[in-house]
Amino acid sequence: MPASKEQLEEIALSRKEYNLIVKLLGREPTYVELGLFGSLWSEHCGYKHSKALLKMFPGMGKHVLVKAGEENAGVIDIGDGQVIGFKMESHNHPSYIEPYQGAATGVGGIVRDIFTMGLRPIALMNSLRFGPLSAPHNRYLMSGVVGGIAGYGNCLGIADVGGEIYFDDCYSGNPLVNAFCLGIGKTGGLVKACAYGEGNLVMLVGADTGRDGMHGASGLASRTFEEERELRSAVQVGNPFMEKLLIEACLELAKTDWIVGMQDCGAAGLTSATVEAAYKGRSGMDIEVQKVPRREKGMTPYEVMLSESQERMIVIARKGYEGKVKALFDRWELHSDIIGTVTSDGMFTIRDNGQVVAHAPVEILNTPPVYRFRPKKPAWLDGLQKLDLSKIKDTAPRDAGSTLLKLLAAPNICSKHKVYRQYDHQVGDNTVVLPGSDAAVLRIQETTKAISMVTDGNGRYCYVNPFIGGVIAVAEAARNTACSGAHPMAITNCLNFGNPDKNDPYYQLRECIKGMTYACKKMKIPVISGNVSLYNETRGVAIFPTPVVGMVGLIKDVSRHCSSGFKRQGDVIMLLGDPGGDASIGSSEYLELVHGQVRGSQGIDMAAEKDLHACLIKAAEKGLLSSAHDCSDGGLAVALAESCILGNTGFKGEINLKGRVDAALFGEAQSRAVVSLNPGAVRKMEELAHRCRVPVTRLGIVHSGRFALKGLIDLPVSELDQVWMNGL
Amino acid sequence: MKFGIVVFPGTWSDRDCYYSIHNICGQDAVYIWHKETNLSGCDCIVLPGGFSYGDYLRTGAIARFSPVMDSVADFSHKGRPVIGICNGFQVLCEAHLLPGVLRQNDHLQYRCQWTYLKTENNTTPFTAKCKKGQVLKIPISHYEGRYYADDSVIKELEDTDRVAFRYGTPSGEITKEANPNGALNNIAGIVNKRGNVLGMMPHPERSCEDILGSSDGNIIWESIIASI
Repeated sequence: MPASKEQLEEIALSRKEYNLIVKLLGREPTYVELGLFGSLWSEHCGYKHSKALLKMFPGMGKHVLVKAGEENAGVIDIGDGQVIGFKMESHNHPSYIEPYQGAATGVGGIVRDIFTMGLRPIALMNSLRFGPLSAPHNRYLMSGVVGGIAGYGNCLGIADVGGEIYFDDCYSGNPLVNAFCLGIGKTGGLVKACAYGEGNLVMLVGADTGRDGMHGASGLASRTFEEERELRSAVQVGNPFMEKLLIEACLELAKTDWIVGMQDCGAAGLTSATVEAAYKGRSGMDIEVQKVPRREKGMTPYEVMLSESQERMIVIARKGYEGKVKALFDRWELHSDIIGTVTSDGMFTIRDNGQVVAHAPVEILNTPPVYRFRPKKPAWLDGLQKLDLSKIKDTAPRDAGSTLLKLLAAPNICSKHKVYRQYDHQVGDNTVVLPGSDAAVLRIQETTKAISMVTDGNGRYCYVNPFIGGVIAVAEAARNTACSGAHPMAITNCLNFGNPDKNDPYYQLRECIKGMTYACKKMKIPVISGNVSLYNETRGVAIFPTPVVGMVGLIKDVSRHCSSGFKRQGDVIMLLGDPGGDASIGSSEYLELVHGQVRGSQGIDMAAEKDLHACLIKAAEKGLLSSAHDCSDGGLAVALAESCILGNTGFKGEINLKGRVDAALFGEAQSRAVVSLNPGAVRKMEELAHRCRVPVTRLGIVHSGRFALKGLIDLPVSELDQVWMNGL
Repeated sequence: MKFGIVVFPGTWSDRDCYYSIHNICGQDAVYIWHKETNLSGCDCIVLPGGFSYGDYLRTGAIARFSPVMDSVADFSHKGRPVIGICNGFQVLCEAHLLPGVLRQNDHLQYRCQWTYLKTENNTTPFTAKCKKGQVLKIPISHYEGRYYADDSVIKELEDTDRVAFRYGTPSGEITKEANPNGALNNIAGIVNKRGNVLGMMPHPERSCEDILGSSDGNIIWESIIASI
């Protein structure tokens, strides 16, 4: 009997897709099969709207060992026989419905992606977006999300080294919670998420299976937000203690030769874990659902297969080694049960007490349709990109100080210490630069190396100009990386967009990806992993298109790393990069905060950007720099103020005003960084900048007590510090 | 000398303790799984930080029943040094090897930050290399770190010089603002009557190298090494 409209709605498949399934199978699917298709063909698992676009990203680079899409996370070589793998993933919808558990299980999921590969997770970051905190519900969401990240992450013993938080009205009905995890391992020690070898055993490890998280992939992640309350049961509940045991047990198991593969149960639970593993191994699988240990009675095969109960892993044990595998998990007080076998017939078979309830080719299950559209540029975008400067009143010199204070107190700019102090950012004995600087820096034990990590993504820029916004997301991440003295190695990303079935969100998605691709290619930075979160809209209102970039860089000598705060009084402060023109107030924090406008496209010259990074990295490696801080949100004045506050110092200097006061102080011209250095190093720095074709301007010196910009601002740093520290 | 580092299910600073003791201080260190009972060969037992048994029920309440804990008690009764860090401190309190309890921080949030510890007693095996009153920069990372005991216990601890560390300012003043969790009298660490069992909430194993922001934690390991 053909599936009813209600059935298809429940699993978010269209009638057209259903008809395709019937055609491919040559018959109507069974009820359980329909559930499998619903999950595997969802946007979340199947990337059917984004796959064609994601192919644009450059995937290869000389350090890349595992490319995007091949495994749970991409992996790069960092030399000395060491590899790192990282990935970022969204948990937006669950976090809106149940903020604590939604965010907690987001952390749990991304951590499993890393240790599944045999990598030890050593760092977490998260990129968050909420509506303004003036609304109590947004404050509730933020405290729940931060509490969930802390509650889950801290229990695991993985350093949570920061990330970013931004606020805007557009996220009120749809917060963003993107979690990043990085793990380290040895070359040759990677485990694949793969099932092969007829007769090998499929083992389910960890938590029992319950009804929590039903339809998480097909329901929550693949539709918009109208009926959030009804879907509350689709949010899973996390048990970080179980996860911690799984980390240790699975990493121990990864060192043995008892298994052929390992895969975590994430979105679509047992279904995607088993089908994807069989697909990668060009195998089939025969599963008996009665063997799956449950935490509640009366669960149907459909429910068992689609449950998203957390902290579960699939292990493919070599035949004859299952006893050893079980003994290992027993020692960690974890359940492990044989639930099926690997077959060679290419079929995915599910039995309930021996009776076949699903029997479909793995190939068909795991090959959802790929959609391509030709979206049109939305008509409203042209107007939005224009900025008539004559209609924006410039900041009077006497108001420059009060405007700076206003910006420093703004939630998008102020210190986020009230958030990150709730995360354990030092466990692991690696964290050299703590959260709060441009990039976190972790040293690699027993080497002289270090890695830097950042997340970046400005939704406002992408809303006004999706292409440029995409370029800047990558460029800014690389700039922050370079400010820490690190060479950019690779990126991961989370693409948070609206409903892709509509023209405008699909256009934004395509343009952002094009922009990111352009920047990545210009800088030769590969994209090694990522995740797509579409349908981010509530009652027809979409979020700003928000791609978030997670970038990892490599520092050869950790003693040459750099951070944002000024270090020594008497150091000379310089601006690297072109100061920019009046148009740089377009899409800026200043324009929105002071003038209430979101418009005017930013511009970026990737050649200048690349030159700046080369200059910063060389300067750091030569030991010329005391500090480096990129000019981003809030512009030059905010960058200078932050370096003063972080370094507990002051600033005395002047700037050469050529145009508007607001553009010079608060404009967000790209490709700039504020550095400080010993007076003895100034000439070398100027020569280096010249060789790198980077404009360099002396701004002043590191001073004590006051922030004094001649003729414009003269304030005690304690006052700047006070507003910046208490903005949230 | 040899340090024995106890590992409960859910422990996570075992690896950091190992790294700082072995790689930084150059001493032998072994992991002791919580089901083992043989501590022979160890000169000092470390109960590291983490979330043993997920902190379920109450911090340290389940771990104290692990088989290893009887051996740890015997070890301490022989006067040999035992140090409990963070969750290890909580386990020692639950096992009644130290008095008092660690309650939820007064602000009801997890807190990870640098703290400045004033060394109140420099005659213990754990602090002998400190000057009296020396300030150590060592970070905390906990949700349940507010030391609490009834008045008579607090009085006894203070009268008998058993408060090893208090949270203070960088210059060593004991102020309300310097107290990160609401601990009574800013208590960060205490010793037992005999002075051979130390419990402290801050993590010395995280501050043993300048590149990590402080190497003050080494003073505690070095004091133990010198005392054996």
